[in-house]
Amino acid sequence: MSGSGGLRAPATAPAVQVNRREFLDAAATLGGGLIIGLSLPGCGAKSPPAADAAGSADAGGRDLNAWLRIGADDTITMIVDRSEMGQGVYTALPMLLAEELEIGLDAVKIVAAPVGDAYVNPGNGGQITGTSNSVQDAWDKLRTAGAQARTVLIAAAAQAWRIDAVECRAQNGRVVNPQGGSMTYGELAAAAAKLPLPKSVALKAPGSFRLLGRPLPRLDTPGKVDGSAEFGIDVKLPGMLHAALAQSPVLGGSVKSVDSAAAGKMAGVHQVLVTASGVVVVADHFWQALRARDALQVTWESGANATLDNGGIRKLLRKAAASGPGLSARADGDATAALKSAHRTLRAMYELPLLAHATMEPMNCTADVRPDGCDLYVGTQVQQVSQSTAAMAAGLLPSQVNVHTTLLGGGFGRRLDVDFIPAAVQASKAVGAPVKLIWTREDDMTHDTYRPPAILDLAAGFDGDRLTAWRLHIVSPSITARMFPPVKGVDDSVIEYAVNFPYDVPNVAVDYSRQEIGIDVGYMRSVSHAPNCFAIECFMDELAHAAGKDPYEFRRQLLEKKPRHRRVLEAVAERAGWGRTPQGGQQGRHQGIALMEGYTTHLAQVAEVSVHAGALKVHRIVCVVDCGRMVNPRIVESQIVGGIIFGLSAALWGEVTIAGGVVQQTNFDAYRVMRGNELPQIEVQLLDSDAPPGGIGEPSVALVAPALCNAIFAATGRRLRSLPISPQMTRAAAAHSA
Amino acid sequence: MMQTAPVQDTQARPQAFKITVNGRELAVEAAADTPLLWILRDHLGMTGTKFGCGRALCGACTVHLDGAPVRSCSIPLSTVQGRMITTIEGLSPDRSHAVQRAWIELDVPQCGYCQSGQIMSAAALLEANPAPSDADIDTAMSGNLCRCGTYPRIRHAIHRAAEILKTGTGR
Repeated sequence: MSGSGGLRAPATAPAVQVNRREFLDAAATLGGGLIIGLSLPGCGAKSPPAADAAGSADAGGRDLNAWLRIGADDTITMIVDRSEMGQGVYTALPMLLAEELEIGLDAVKIVAAPVGDAYVNPGNGGQITGTSNSVQDAWDKLRTAGAQARTVLIAAAAQAWRIDAVECRAQNGRVVNPQGGSMTYGELAAAAAKLPLPKSVALKAPGSFRLLGRPLPRLDTPGKVDGSAEFGIDVKLPGMLHAALAQSPVLGGSVKSVDSAAAGKMAGVHQVLVTASGVVVVADHFWQALRARDALQVTWESGANATLDNGGIRKLLRKAAASGPGLSARADGDATAALKSAHRTLRAMYELPLLAHATMEPMNCTADVRPDGCDLYVGTQVQQVSQSTAAMAAGLLPSQVNVHTTLLGGGFGRRLDVDFIPAAVQASKAVGAPVKLIWTREDDMTHDTYRPPAILDLAAGFDGDRLTAWRLHIVSPSITARMFPPVKGVDDSVIEYAVNFPYDVPNVAVDYSRQEIGIDVGYMRSVSHAPNCFAIECFMDELAHAAGKDPYEFRRQLLEKKPRHRRVLEAVAERAGWGRTPQGGQQGRHQGIALMEGYTTHLAQVAEVSVHAGALKVHRIVCVVDCGRMVNPRIVESQIVGGIIFGLSAALWGEVTIAGGVVQQTNFDAYRVMRGNELPQIEVQLLDSDAPPGGIGEPSVALVAPALCNAIFAATGRRLRSLPISPQMTRAAAAHSA
Repeated sequence: MMQTAPVQDTQARPQAFKITVNGRELAVEAAADTPLLWILRDHLGMTGTKFGCGRALCGACTVHLDGAPVRSCSIPLSTVQGRMITTIEGLSPDRSHAVQRAWIELDVPQCGYCQSGQIMSAAALLEANPAPSDADIDTAMSGNLCRCGTYPRIRHAIHRAAEILKTGTGR
C-alpha cells in the first residue's frame, strides 16, 4: 500500500464531527436497536444505504452509515470498515469502540462494512485497507462513536429513572444508578435511539483505559482454529458453479482464438467464455473447470511484452538512472554543490528485483449477477473499487452491486488490485448463476501485480569526517500512477523513508525518475520503504566504514535532533549486545544494524549472522519498535515478527524473473519463502510511548535486508548491493570451495 | 504468438465413491482422479481444508489419512476409499483438542488461511510424539508454509499443546 501519504493523506487526522443524526424506529432496526452513524467531513452522502452487509435496515431510504448496533436482546454488533487480513483490525477496532462504550471485548459481534462513504479512510482517500493506518484512522473516530453511544444510553436511563444523567454511569453493558438499580444497553437501546447525539463527548484519558494497551485475545482466533472462518475461497451460495481462468502466459497478452470443443464436452462443464481477462471455463465443480481449462486450445496474442526479460528491464532502469536526476522530492541545502566541494565522495548503486506477494489464499472472487443487481463476495482491500469494477463488468450501476468482504487469506497489498473480479462477474452473468472463480497457485504467481524493481543511485560527501552531502536518485515504476491516477509531481509511494531521511546532513537531495517496465506493478507490504531503506541503511554503513567509525555510533551521532530515532537505535544496540558480540573466527557472529521511520513508527533492527566457508547462517534478528500508543501489544508483536519473516523471505530468496514476457516462477518450489525450520531467533522489544498510534503491519519488513547485508559485510568485507542475498552467497561459497 | 498445448481428456466421468470423513461414511460422485481436497471443499462443503498450491508444496490442505498427515491436494479420490479421513472440522466438536486450545491461548493465527493445515500437522505430530523437541517440530512442520510469519507462535503452541496433553488441563 502506498506509504506515508501516497494517497494524499492529510498532514493531520481530520477531526471527527457529528453533523447529523439518524432516528430509527424500532421496526427499522434488527431487534429494535440503536445505531450510531457518523459522517466524516469531506465525505459526501451519496452512497447507497448500508443495509445489507451491515444488516442495518434502512426502511426510510435514508443514507445511513454506522459502526455500532445494539439489539434489544443485548447483542452488540460492530461494523468494521477495514479488511481483516491478519493484521488484527477485527480486534483492534472493536477494542477502541468497546473502551468508550464500557463493554467487554467478548461482547462484540463483528460484521464487515458494506461500501459506504462513511467508511472512507481519509488517510487513503477511499474505503481502503492499507498504508498501515487503520488504527490511526479509527483512534478518534471509533472512540468517539463509543462515547456518543454511551452518552445517549446513560441519558435514556436517566430519563427512565427521572434522575440526572450525571448520577448514572455505564459499566459492563449496563447503566447503573446510585441506588444500585441498573438497565442493560439492550433494554435502553430503543429509547436511546430517540435522543439527540451529543455534539461533543469527552474521551477517556489514557490512564483510565480498561482495554486499550492490553494484550487481549483476538476475536477472529476461534474461527481460525476449527475451519469455520470464511475466506473468499470458502463462499458457498445455492446453485453456485465454479470457474477456472486461462490467462495469457505472456503478461499483458490477449486471446487470439480458442478451440473449446474438447473442453466443452467434458463432464460438468457449463460454458466456456472469452473475456478480456482470458478464457473462463464454468463447471459444476472447480476440479472439472480446471481439467477443462487445461483441455482448451488457446492461441494467444502475446502483445508488447513478447520479448520482455529481466535484462531488458534492468537496462531500462539503468538508462533512466543515467539520464538525469528526475523530479525533486526533497532538497535541503545544495547537495550538488556540496558534493562538488566535498573532500571525499562515495557513490554506490543499489538494485532490487521484482517480487511476488504470494498470499496463501490464491486470488478468487464469487459473483452472483442478476438482471437488477449483483452480490460480490471477495477478500478485498478496496471495497469501492471492487464495486465499480464489478458494476462495469456486469453492466450495472455501482449502487446495484453489494460488496461482501470476506476474511482475506493474506493481503500484503495484492488485494488492493481487482484484476480477479471481472471474469467472475462476467461468468456469472453469462451462466445466470452464482460463480466462484479461483486462480490456481500458478495463475496467482505468474499474474501478480509485482513489487516493482528499483535502482537507487546514491552519493555522499565528507568534509573531513563530517558528512555534508547526501544524494539519492530513485528509479522505479509508479504504482500509484496506474492504480490511483493522476499523480501530480512525485508519487509519494516511491520515496518513503527517503523523504524523511533522518540523519543530520546539511545538504540532502532526493530525486525520482519514473520508469515504467511494461507490466503492472503493485503495492507490496512496506512498499518503497523496503527498497529505500535497503539502499539508505546499507549506504550509511558504507559511509561509516569509509569514515572509520562504528556503524551504530556513526548513525547515533547524526541523530542528535531525532530523539525517537535515537531511542530505538540505542535500545536495539543495548538489546542485541552491539559491540559485545564475539567477532571474527570461523564460528564468529557478526552484526549489522538498520534504522527506519515509516508509517510514523520508529524502528531499529540488528541482524546477527555467521558466514562459514562462504555459507550464510542468520542466527538472530532483534527489533526495537516505538509505534506510539498501542491498542493491543500482542497483535503489535505478531505483526512485527511477521513482517520480519516476510522481510527475510524477500531478502534471502525473493526474486521474480521474466523471460519472453512470461514469469518463470510458478509455485513455492521456485519462489521460495521462509519455512518454520529456517527461522532465526527473533526478538521484539516494544517501547512505551505516548505518541499517537503508528502503523505496525508493514514497517518491520523493510529493515531486514539492510541489517542482514550490513552483517554480511561485517562478516566478510563483501558489500551486497542487490537482492536477493542467497544466490549471491551460494555463488560465493562455490567460489570459496573451488 | 504462443500456443497452450491441450491436455488429453482422460474421459474421467463421475463415478460413485464412498469415503469416510470424520467418522461418517459419505457418498460422492466425482471423477476418480479428483483430489481429495476438492471433494472435501466442493462436494462436501467442508471448506476448512484450504487450497494453497495444488502440488503438496505448502501444506494448507493437510488432513489426516488413517491418522497420518497428508496433502489432500495430491491424493486422488480413488485412493481414499475404505480409509479414515479426518479434517479440521473433525479434530474436535468444540475446539477442545489440545492443539486448538493452545492455538487459542497463544493467539497463533494472523490471516488464518494456513492454520487448518498447521493444526492438522501439529496434531499428527503430537499423536506420534507427545513431547516433541524443537528439532522434531522443525521436521514435522517444515511442509506447512505461513506467509504471515506465525512460525514462532506455532512452535510455542505445539510445546504448550504437549503440556496440555500431559497434564490434561489448561494449566
